[in-house]
Amino acid sequence: MEKEAIEKFGLPIVQDEKSGALQWVDLRELKIRYTISVENTKNFFEALKEGKLLATKCKCGRLFFPPQKDCPSCMKSEMDWIELKREGELETLTVIFVRPPSFSSYDPYTVAIAKLDDGVRILSWLKGDPKKVVPRQRVRVEVSQRKEGYLMFELVPI
Amino acid sequence: MSENVAIIGVGHSKFGTRKDVNIPELCWESMKPAFETANLEPKDIDFFVVGTAGMWSSEQAVPALIAEYADLAPKGSMRVEAACATGNAAIRVGYTAIKSGLADIVLVLGVEKMQESPNPTIIEMIGRFGSYFWEFENFGLTFPGYYALHGTAYMLRYGATEEDFARVAVKNHYYGAKNPYAQFQKEIDVETVLKSPYVAWPFKLFDCSPITDGSACVILASEEKVKEMGIEEKVWILAQGVGTGTANLSRREDFTSLASARFAAEQAYKIAKIEEPAKEIDGANVHDCFTAPEIIAYEDLRFCKRGEGVELIRNEQTYIGGKIPVNVDGGLKAKGHPIGATGVSQAVEAYKQLLRKADPGRQADVRNGRWLTHNVGGTGHYTYVTIYGLEKR
Repeated sequence: MEKEAIEKFGLPIVQDEKSGALQWVDLRELKIRYTISVENTKNFFEALKEGKLLATKCKCGRLFFPPQKDCPSCMKSEMDWIELKREGELETLTVIFVRPPSFSSYDPYTVAIAKLDDGVRILSWLKGDPKKVVPRQRVRVEVSQRKEGYLMFELVPI
Repeated sequence: MSENVAIIGVGHSKFGTRKDVNIPELCWESMKPAFETANLEPKDIDFFVVGTAGMWSSEQAVPALIAEYADLAPKGSMRVEAACATGNAAIRVGYTAIKSGLADIVLVLGVEKMQESPNPTIIEMIGRFGSYFWEFENFGLTFPGYYALHGTAYMLRYGATEEDFARVAVKNHYYGAKNPYAQFQKEIDVETVLKSPYVAWPFKLFDCSPITDGSACVILASEEKVKEMGIEEKVWILAQGVGTGTANLSRREDFTSLASARFAAEQAYKIAKIEEPAKEIDGANVHDCFTAPEIIAYEDLRFCKRGEGVELIRNEQTYIGGKIPVNVDGGLKAKGHPIGATGVSQAVEAYKQLLRKADPGRQADVRNGRWLTHNVGGTGHYTYVTIYGLEKR
């Protein structure tokens, strides 16, 4: 669009389709990709490869999911990695029809929150037809491969 | 130190698709009337606060931009961000600056020019207002999706329906049609909402607030300045409560309510000595970024008991003449939701309602002289509840 405008008028200025107001089309496109440290939560990702779901548990007894390194209750950072039971009850869901461009390769997907039997909640995709689940549906956490080729957990109705 | 702080000037741009102006021009559109109603000039401002979430628009240094455009340099300033509660967070900064005695007159501007980016880019960015890694990166939650999780939970627990949610959109469009600054000035019916395509089940297009360009501005002054300048037209900030929620929804206990909103509301009610909000307040602007959250707001603000919010909308009790009028400027739903401007726009509406300056057909009865605003950032990640009054505390 801006290339045409530059060729025609010598400037990257185009007319807005609806209002007719003139718009300068920015030439400095920005692509953002973050790098996020998982150094202190690497056990979680290692366990995913074995189909396990890990949480951190402080010596004081507090359980954290998603896992975290530090405990604000007792101010210590001595966590045990424990395996969650991977079963629980569905609490709510939504089906994402209008997807972000970075998820455009996926069909509409269901995002759900379940309360696991260990007491923690988990948010993830729900496998299968969302119309077939019932309130407080029992679900299991399974690890599956995403289109991008990496492993991630999902909720599967039992 | 100033015990009391008043809004002495207000301005509001037309909300909508504003391809006709750039960012400083859009700012000036609300700043100019704010200066005029306060009878002040840029040189009179001690400090200014700009609420803008940015990202989707080109200019990030908006305080400096308006310092240049509107002759506010070299006065002090601050840019504030609190997702969709950015506007009220900016008011918080101005309010506390005056309360603490560091400033006497503060200009608070909220602005967003979201449509400098295409819609898909905005959907991409706005989905990142929760826990980036555990919610967006791996599960592609969108902003409608976050609130839809609450809408579903509310339907499951209290038997509300998609039709009930639609009634909120119908009400807010009804009043938006009477607000010349609103993005959508057209009435709709329940059918229109129900027939619109799904965005994030159970929300359809007409359950969602739009992507908006707009600005709103208020000028705050200390009690001393109000006296000194002999200002008659003003509203006082009686109380403000602020709450914060967890980033991950999975770290919360309940999805039929926002804990940060309940916390902020109780804090504000305590300061303002309000016990029965629906009886002691003349009306409210609540954060209806989607339809269901307006119903949840009725309950979080104690306009009714938990689970009875849906009855309020079914029985049209939040229209003018009902138990408590809500969003009679069209709300975020019809007026539009330019992220950083929304909280300031709510304050402008509180000023107009209390001083009986609202447009014909949307002026509430002012009996108690009190108006409430409820501005939520993210999905209850931040909540600001502010109570305005004709009489100071």
